[in-house]
Amino acid sequence: MSGENPFLIGSEMTGGYGKGADILHDCTIAVDPGQIAVIVGPNGAGKSTGMKAVFGMLNLRKGHVMLDGEDITHLSPQDRVAKGMGFVPQTNNIFGSMTVEENLEMGAFIRRDDFRDTLEQIYTLFPILKDKRRQAAGELSGGQRQQVAVGRALMTKPKVLMLDEPTAGVSPIVMDELFDRIIEVSRTGIPILMVEQNARQALEIADKGYVLVQGRNAFTGTGKELLADPEVRKSFLGG
Amino acid sequence: MDILNAVVALLNFVIIPATAYGAQLALGALGVTLIYGILRFSNFAHGDTMAFGAMVTILVTWWLHGMGVSLGPLPTALLALPIGILATGLLMIGTDRVVYSFYRQQKAKPVILVIASLGVMFVMNGIVRFIIGVDDQRFADGERFIISARNFREITGLDEGLAFRTSQGLTIVIAVIAVALLFWFLNKTRTGKSMRAFSDNEDLALLSGINPEKVVLVTWMIVAALATTAGVLYGLDKSFKPFTYFQLLLPIFASAIVGGLGNPLGAILGGFLIAFSEISITYAFRKVITYLGPEGWSPDGLLQLLSTDYKFAVSFGILLIVLLFKPTGIMKGKSV
Repeated sequence: MSGENPFLIGSEMTGGYGKGADILHDCTIAVDPGQIAVIVGPNGAGKSTGMKAVFGMLNLRKGHVMLDGEDITHLSPQDRVAKGMGFVPQTNNIFGSMTVEENLEMGAFIRRDDFRDTLEQIYTLFPILKDKRRQAAGELSGGQRQQVAVGRALMTKPKVLMLDEPTAGVSPIVMDELFDRIIEVSRTGIPILMVEQNARQALEIADKGYVLVQGRNAFTGTGKELLADPEVRKSFLGG
Repeated sequence: MDILNAVVALLNFVIIPATAYGAQLALGALGVTLIYGILRFSNFAHGDTMAFGAMVTILVTWWLHGMGVSLGPLPTALLALPIGILATGLLMIGTDRVVYSFYRQQKAKPVILVIASLGVMFVMNGIVRFIIGVDDQRFADGERFIISARNFREITGLDEGLAFRTSQGLTIVIAVIAVALLFWFLNKTRTGKSMRAFSDNEDLALLSGINPEKVVLVTWMIVAALATTAGVLYGLDKSFKPFTYFQLLLPIFASAIVGGLGNPLGAILGGFLIAFSEISITYAFRKVITYLGPEGWSPDGLLQLLSTDYKFAVSFGILLIVLLFKPTGIMKGKSV
């Protein structure tokens, strides 16, 4: 698990959706346990696409995806979930008509063992979900729904957690709270790969940052380095 | 004024028949709504699925009669029902393999599946008529009445009789059991919850490792059970005639849509709403009003809003009103 062989890496990925034009060009994204890696960049830079590529949702024409030393480039997203990847999509990431607890149970669908311990852990991490466990997830507020979505993905006890813009559409206060929760999840040792629109706040909590521009790695470094980089500040962080 | 006799007449001619009919519609509409919610299309073959299930049950019932088997006071058809369900389930799964799974793989639009189901409807229509014929078939046996009109008059001393037929009582009891089982299954079991999850958010269900093929398979089996039960109960209550089952498609779809497509509770509510509207709008209220009015007076007309020949206009009218003003139905289903 040295710097050269990261736990999860999508290396030199090139590809796009279906038979369309390439969106990613030699793009590399990696994350190690205990780390939070953040993908930022301007609109249309291929941030979400980069994450979806790592998760197997588009066809790569070049490059590899490795998880824990295993080549998973040709696995379907479902198979990658079974391999230990947890993914929280940006939208439609909960079962709105089902209760919070049922959402979490569905997250654990592939598990055949007793998952009550994990359920308790999720409730400890997100106490509000315990209070609302019998309520339909679709009736919750935006921030609470995101907690359900993250909780659902954590139910498989994933080896790596991927979040696609977890703070999209929530208020700044809720955003701070969500980031706190994400840091807590990261402290349990799970590597977290996250796409974020709120670049400055996200880089503040990031151990590793990837700035993508037009599907290419523009800048890579620790969150602090990127925040300090005058070039990055000028182009993406508004000075 | 004779309130008691008026109430008995109302019970006898409106409330009891409408409750039984409503339960049959509800079972039918539950099947339609499950297919819509989980497989995402309106299954026009549902009426003929009911006919097929009822037909198999009738054939097995006749065979049982031939063997000298009977259930005493209950209709023998109840013994044959499980076999009918099984045969219908196999037919559904076979149809899915041959027809629908192809369109699912193509990711065809729902309207294409609807048209495919129309084709399936014609084929099943033909199969049923080919095997059992187009005529009326009676297969009810056992005790005909729980309470007969004459007994009721003798016991209560009222002028008005009240008949409660075995088939009506059975319909209500079996519908309650079937609905309770269905809701227990959907809300408490792992497979049932995975079906609801699949209906709610297909992509996320796939991400969660839910196997779509299994969901589809279980859905067809449940639909077969509901359709066969509804078909047999309707046949016991009235009579079995393939064309009537085809016509039932309209009130069944009206029930499912009025309640909110994809919403099981809505389907039940819709079934009773359609049944009560249909029967009370086509019932001649003269008798009831005569009892309620002053002694010796009776209204000149029949006090019937629509002739029974127009009963389908009621479902159609309600359907139109709901689609115009509340397309998602009473219980917030998916819009059509």
